[in-house]
Amino acid sequence: MQFPLLSVIVFTPISAAMLLLLYKPEQKKAIRITALTAALFALALSIVVYSTYNKAAAGYQFIERYSWMPAMGISLYFGVDGLSVPLVLLTGIVMVTGVMISWGIEDRPREFFAFLFILASGVFGVFCSLDLFMLFFFYEIAVFPMYLLIAIWGWIKTREYAAMKLTLYLFIGSVISLVGALVMYKTSGMNTFNMLDLEHAAFSTGFQKTWFPFVFLGFAVLGGIFPFHNWSPDGHVAAPTAVSMFHAGVLMKLGAFAALRVGIMLLPEGAKFWAPVIMVLALVNIVYGAFIASVQTDFKYVIGFSSVSHMGLVMMGFATLTPEGLTGAGVQMFSHGVMTALFFAAVGMVYDRAHTRDIPRLGGMIKPLPLVGIGVIIGSLVSMGMPGFSGFIAEFPIFMGIWKTQWVVAVIAAISIVVTASYVLLVVRKVFFGRMPDEFEGHIAPVRTLDKIALVLLMAIMIGIGVFPSLMVPWVQAGVQHVLALLGGA
Amino acid sequence: MAFITNHLLILILFFPILAAAVVFCLPKDNLKAIRWTAFGASLIPFLLTVYLWIQFKPGQAGYQFQEQYSWYSALHSTFHVGVDGLSLTMVLLTTLLSPLALLASFNITDRLKAYMMLFLFLETGMLGVFLAVDLLIFFVFWEIGLVPMYFLINQWGAEGGEREIWKGIKIQARSYASLKFIIYTMAGSLGLLLAIQLLGVLFQNYDLPVLYVKWNGLTTGTMLGLSVPTVKAVAFWAFVIAFAIKVPVWPFHTWLPDAHTEAPTAGSMILAGVLLKLGAYGFLRLVLPLYPAESAKYAGWLAFLAVMAIVFGAFSAFGQKDFKRLVAYSSVNHMGFVLLGIAAAAKAAGTLDGTIALNGAVLQMFNHGLSAAGMFFLVGVIYERTHTRNLDDYGGLFPLVPVYGGILIFISMASLGLPGLNGFISEFLVVRGSWSVLPVFTAIAMLGLLFTGAYILKGIKHVLQGPLNEHWTHGDHKLTDINLREIAVMAPLMVLILFIGVYPAWILDMINKAMVMMFH
Repeated sequence: MQFPLLSVIVFTPISAAMLLLLYKPEQKKAIRITALTAALFALALSIVVYSTYNKAAAGYQFIERYSWMPAMGISLYFGVDGLSVPLVLLTGIVMVTGVMISWGIEDRPREFFAFLFILASGVFGVFCSLDLFMLFFFYEIAVFPMYLLIAIWGWIKTREYAAMKLTLYLFIGSVISLVGALVMYKTSGMNTFNMLDLEHAAFSTGFQKTWFPFVFLGFAVLGGIFPFHNWSPDGHVAAPTAVSMFHAGVLMKLGAFAALRVGIMLLPEGAKFWAPVIMVLALVNIVYGAFIASVQTDFKYVIGFSSVSHMGLVMMGFATLTPEGLTGAGVQMFSHGVMTALFFAAVGMVYDRAHTRDIPRLGGMIKPLPLVGIGVIIGSLVSMGMPGFSGFIAEFPIFMGIWKTQWVVAVIAAISIVVTASYVLLVVRKVFFGRMPDEFEGHIAPVRTLDKIALVLLMAIMIGIGVFPSLMVPWVQAGVQHVLALLGGA
Repeated sequence: MAFITNHLLILILFFPILAAAVVFCLPKDNLKAIRWTAFGASLIPFLLTVYLWIQFKPGQAGYQFQEQYSWYSALHSTFHVGVDGLSLTMVLLTTLLSPLALLASFNITDRLKAYMMLFLFLETGMLGVFLAVDLLIFFVFWEIGLVPMYFLINQWGAEGGEREIWKGIKIQARSYASLKFIIYTMAGSLGLLLAIQLLGVLFQNYDLPVLYVKWNGLTTGTMLGLSVPTVKAVAFWAFVIAFAIKVPVWPFHTWLPDAHTEAPTAGSMILAGVLLKLGAYGFLRLVLPLYPAESAKYAGWLAFLAVMAIVFGAFSAFGQKDFKRLVAYSSVNHMGFVLLGIAAAAKAAGTLDGTIALNGAVLQMFNHGLSAAGMFFLVGVIYERTHTRNLDDYGGLFPLVPVYGGILIFISMASLGLPGLNGFISEFLVVRGSWSVLPVFTAIAMLGLLFTGAYILKGIKHVLQGPLNEHWTHGDHKLTDINLREIAVMAPLMVLILFIGVYPAWILDMINKAMVMMFH
């Protein structure tokens, strides 16, 4: 028997979480080291999955299946395709870097890491699940710890409001999707939650058109689709740094990914029917998100709304239903994940030292925090779609996909590039250059070595993919082929 | 040796990045090591370019020394580089000016390492544009070059001054200028980006020779619900605007004087010397070959913009009090001649007049690269000593700085178009080529030439002639003459300016053969 790679990846974080709870609360060092070890282990395995995934064969690989509730056709069914492999890797990366930059958490690190790891297991589970029921199962596992992480360790001013808002939004979204999923289960008459079987369920066109909006939008709420996006920036701002990294880095991808996997792949006719609507919503995300981000004065809100804008590009890529658009969306999920993880890590480092995120009050941070500054600059270049960085590799095919479907949208969406460029450059200039306010003089401690490693890792990934797109694109393409086949060779 | 010959372009292109990596590893306090490493390393691409020039076969059509590697295969874009006579000329200009700009930066002490690294990145970015034979790669380098320049202006620019951006919100002048530079260019490139995407969607290929054939083969029918000629006309203007901003052509030039005024001296040298050429190169490499029909149709408009740039550029230069702004506007004026030549060639493609105009345009690009870099450096030399660029603060400095004065007059004369120096050759060729094609515009441009003389003489008069400003004769601010390092920066430029002026055949032969092969 093959080594059960995926289940080990999925259950490593949650097992580590249990292990962490065995420590005494004051054994902080041991707790941190255990957490980092577990994260590194999960990352190492996800690298193995990524590098051994057979792109030429494509399809679902590393399949594992364990009977769970046979009467209802539910099984613990894992497998990854070209779209989920990069996301598994992304989760591993965000997990490791999230632990690294949370090294300094002094308030109950044991519980913090435990919750974070439960969250990570949920995320891994969603990306690996081929069973619809299990996908929901892990989805809820991923959402629930967010509430506690934000409400307990978050920014004191808004954490309760934001945690409540976020959780309610996401639960409502998932309930709506669940309704859709149950209807699918019932209608298919196959008595199975196996998504590979449901792909061939031959739902009637009318059925697909009716239920697609439920499934897609329910999940897309977590992807931050307009007009259900406003939980997201609030959540980002209130969340502690590592949680923001998870939230923007992988959790929002969870929504987009599930919307693709369950919405578009199981109900392709519905997707074709509703694509123009999604396109319009995504366009609002892209342009409106960029404009809103440009008027924020809180550093974290800027990044939060820029995430809304960038996730709009993912949805837009889906909505084109073209090979280019879907490929771009797949790469964008990864690229945006790494980019926001870097942004939030950097913002957290500045905030920890300056105790403010108010952009007009900051200045001159490049001197005490050179690497953080470089990280934010690189992240900014990625976010404005500068060629040579991963953002360009993702956005260019998405735009090509839009050209194939509706060129007017491409022209309007392009505005966001310039808006993004102008606000990120202004923020970088204000926060990192210029004169440092006197109150910070001598109070800004340098960053830890682990922080540096995390920043450099994230930067290297974005530049690596930007310079060598073949490090990621072939995987995504392998996954997209299957989606296109389901869409009828579109 | 075989390795070098087979990978010559890749070596030239990426050696500056390698040098930047070496500079990164040096200790940051050892300014001397950083300076000499960066400067020394930047000489290697120049020497390789000279070798390339010798090995290059001017009579052979198409790209030479081509290299092609898989890059973004999902979009059918490859890392395809190659040179022809046009790009080779520009590569020579770039690799020549880069070491000079680095040598000119030896007085920088603030964060020298980052400065030198950005400069080396910039060199790769510029070379990439000239070497790319793949449209997507062209765009990648086109955009990426903006980033180092943005930071060079933003961080090492002039320190004083404030500009209002929005309802009383003021930011430092150099921030304003750098932001204007990058946003202007990026916004201008949006149309180009969208047009490139359209081409990619249509042909699933970005290789330039393939695109030339396929895009030109498309003449009738409908596309995107519009007729093909309409789409082509829109795409043509999208390309034109992107490149016109970079050249810069009136009325898209306003970023230039700001950027120049605030940029550090070496930044201005490269900005005027090479970056502006990227725009003109875009016209020659992409606009004319991809849109021959549209170019011919709209040649009158291009000529109009060119003439406006020539005339307004000269008038504006004449009206400046700031020495650096004067030189900046002179770039608008001189680059107008490049566009005039291009417009004439667009209208009379394939004719003798068209070819002569193109020869003039390309040579003007090279010549302006030399003289503008020299002028900006000389402005920098005097600014560094006097900390003022106001022309009224100088006056009668010739006796104090005789060597500097001599060099300034020499470069000014080249810029003015004195026969025997390089500017004359290229401007004459442009005017000779466009005379019969666009007589009215050429006539107006000739009048503009008159004002070129006026503003250049004004500059010389205010700096060197007239009553001596006693302030510079004594005390701490006693003016010292140009030093040996500074002369070393100027010497290669002056030699080339004179050499092209008296014997232009060595470079014109290269340019002419390339132009004949490209546009016949």
